[in-house]
Formats: sequence, structure tokens, C-alpha cells
Amino acid sequence: MVPLVSEEEAKVRIARRIAEEFAGADHGLVINLGVGIPTLVADYVQKADVFIQAENGILGVGPLAVGERIDRQLINAGRQPVTETPGCSYFDSAASFGMIRGGHVDATVIGAFQVDQEGNIANWIIPNGKQLGVGGAMDLITGARQVIIGMQHTTRDGKPKLVKRCTLPVTGFAEADLVVTELGLFAFEDGKLILREIAPEVTVEALTALTEAAFIIAPGLKTMAA
Amino acid sequence: MGDRGKFRTVAEAIALIQPGSRIMVGGFGLAGYPEGLVEALAASGIGDLTIISNDLGSPGVGLGKLLTNGQIRALVGNYYNWNPEVGLAYSRGEIGVTLVPQGTFAEAIRAAGVGIPAFYTAASAGTQLGKGKETKVFDGRTYVLERAIHADVALIKASRADDLGNLVYYKTARNFNPLMAMAAALTIAEVDESVPVGSLDPESVVTPHIFVDIMVRRV
Repeated sequence: MVPLVSEEEAKVRIARRIAEEFAGADHGLVINLGVGIPTLVADYVQKADVFIQAENGILGVGPLAVGERIDRQLINAGRQPVTETPGCSYFDSAASFGMIRGGHVDATVIGAFQVDQEGNIANWIIPNGKQLGVGGAMDLITGARQVIIGMQHTTRDGKPKLVKRCTLPVTGFAEADLVVTELGLFAFEDGKLILREIAPEVTVEALTALTEAAFIIAPGLKTMAA
Repeated sequence: MGDRGKFRTVAEAIALIQPGSRIMVGGFGLAGYPEGLVEALAASGIGDLTIISNDLGSPGVGLGKLLTNGQIRALVGNYYNWNPEVGLAYSRGEIGVTLVPQGTFAEAIRAAGVGIPAFYTAASAGTQLGKGKETKVFDGRTYVLERAIHADVALIKASRADDLGNLVYYKTARNFNPLMAMAAALTIAEVDESVPVGSLDPESVVTPHIFVDIMVRRV
């Protein structure tokens, strides 16, 4: 099936919309970005007092390093070479997860295979015998103050990723706060999934057909920036 | 210890490792792992090892070599997707793998080093990785009891050392190294540079020398 929004466009739209969430903060923020779409969020964060933490032990991650600036001892948690920002600091992995577990990290932005209507998140493994890794996903989801999921609305073969109940192994229960896809922005409020913004390409009916999870339409539903 | 203090050759250091040992190895991906010690361990053929590390490098690179060589009996760590040979070896029943969430892994190593036998964390509660573990509810939230992770030997990497074994690290090469330095019966540190006692700023020392038994110079 032909997607309503191309994959490239979808990723940029999701990343830009998540970055916007941080733009309005009236205080400094510390955020942790997962691999994939979440990493792109950094490109759209314009505020000087948003600090990016990577769980391998750095607070103050700068843009990806290129050319001569590549230092293989300076990487993010996705093993990409990065740069440091002024005021950056380094620490060991226990201190890093102390920041996360201790609730000092304002938000984590992660990708997911599935998010269900209870706010459960499945993002660590598709049991196929090839993958064997959990990384920091469980610690981040249970520890960060806000959990923001950036993912495409459906799988490559068009199946909903916002589901009634996760069928893949769950990473954390009732931890999702915000889900941003190329087709909408959903927030969990009092255990209910609320559609707050909708993409210009879809109607509520079309979006409902692509979403297995039950959701409520926010009064004053907004159009998401394309 | 003679004139060389804690310094030994890589060969002398590796000769201290017994087959069947539980070995912690510092590093995250290919950053901050003791490359010279890992190369020598791979060349030694010492087998039946349990490797406790964040990941297992890439296929045939870094710690990946130990798997390619068939030196590994079991792995304890958290992220092996960078080395698909791990998933294959596990599914063929050739090695055991215990996956631990990364934050729990770090804290369990720290705990071992500082005399804490177990601790509670919310990570993995109710999930596949929390299965069979004791839980307890504190203030309405469920936590999993996690045991400390000890080892016979820790192979770690530091940037600079003085002759006593005080260590300083470099950028994100620090990762698990200072934690593992505390958690093993024998800690062997590979260092890029050594300086005389008194020339490191005491305020900048990350791992005090009490945790370091043997040092090798990176050549």
C-alpha cells in the first residue's frame, strides 16, 4: 500500500513536532533520545537550555561528528560519533542511570514497535531468534519523568502500531505519556488516550481505520503541521 | 612487587586468567574497551569463559573475537544486537545469555564493588526479564529485587594512570570501567599513558588506586 506520507517525510515531521514540545518550556530541560526517529529530534531543538543526555555517560551531546571531528571514544548510545557542547560532562554508567532512575531526566524520546491503549510500550524485542538486546529501554521508560514515543503510525505492511493490547513483549507498563506519529499526536490523560492533533492528509474516520487502540477526540482538535 | 610496581606485560597479565573464569570487560560498543587485553585474551585461547559486558562488539571485532574463537560459555550483559553472531550462537544452544537492563546491569556491578548484595529497581517489573524475580511494592509501585554482579577478573580501560594505579578516563570511554574496577577479585587496567605519582590532580582521579591490582600499557 502507498503510505499517505512518505517514510522520509514522516520521520522529519515526527521529529520536528516532538522538538516543538520542548520549545515551550520555561526552564532548562534534560532529555534522552533513543535511536532512529528520536535521534533526529536533536536537529530541530533550537533552545540553548535543552541538554541531551546519552546513557553511555554524557550530558551535553552535540551534533553528530563528521570528518576530522570523529573521535571513536566519543559516541552516543547508538554508537554514532558525536561532539560535545560547552558545559558538557562525562560520568560512569551507574551515575548515568542514576540520573534516569532518579527522575532527574525530564523526558525520554523513544521509538516503539507497539503502544497500546493502556499506555504499555513494546519496544525492546521482536522475538525472531535474531535479536538479543534490551539496552537502556526498560530503565528509561520507568525512570524518565515524561515518556514520549515517536514512531510511524503503521508497520511497513500497514498494520496499526497503536493497538488495543501489545502482542509483543512489553518494555514498561502504563508509562507512555505522548505518542507522535506522522498522522497525529496522542496524549495519555488519566489513563485515556486522547487525539489532540491530526495530520492534514487524514480525516478522523481514516485515522480511526488505521488505529486499533480506542481513543477520544480532544475538544478543539488541532491540525498538525505538515 | 618490585620496581615495576603494578605494571606487567600483557602476556603476564593474561597468564593470571584461569579457564572457566567470570570476566568483566569495560566498554560500550567499541568505545573504552581494553583492546590490547582483549586481543591477547583471544589469542590465548583460554576458554569456558563467562563474559560480563555491555555488548559483544561487532562480529569478529573486539570481544566478538572470543565468540568467533569458541572461548565463551556464557554471557551476562544487555545489548547484543550489534553482534548478530550472539543471537545465532544462543539459538543453537552453544552459549548461555542472561540479559539485564542496562541501568540494572550498571548498578548491579557497582553494588558488587561496594558491598551491597542486592537492590530494588522498577526496571523490568512485570516483563519477560523480570520473570521469576522477587518483587516488592514500595509506595504503590512494584520493584524487582536484583542481585549484585561479581567477577573473578575485570579487564578495564583508562586513559591515564599514575604508578600507584590512580585512574583517569577519557570522554565516553569511561562507561562501565570505574564500576568494574571495584567489582572483581582481580582488576587489570590497560592504560594509554602513565605518569609519576603526584602528577595527577587528586581532584581529577576517578578510580582511586585501591581498586587496581595490575596495569598494562597500551602499545
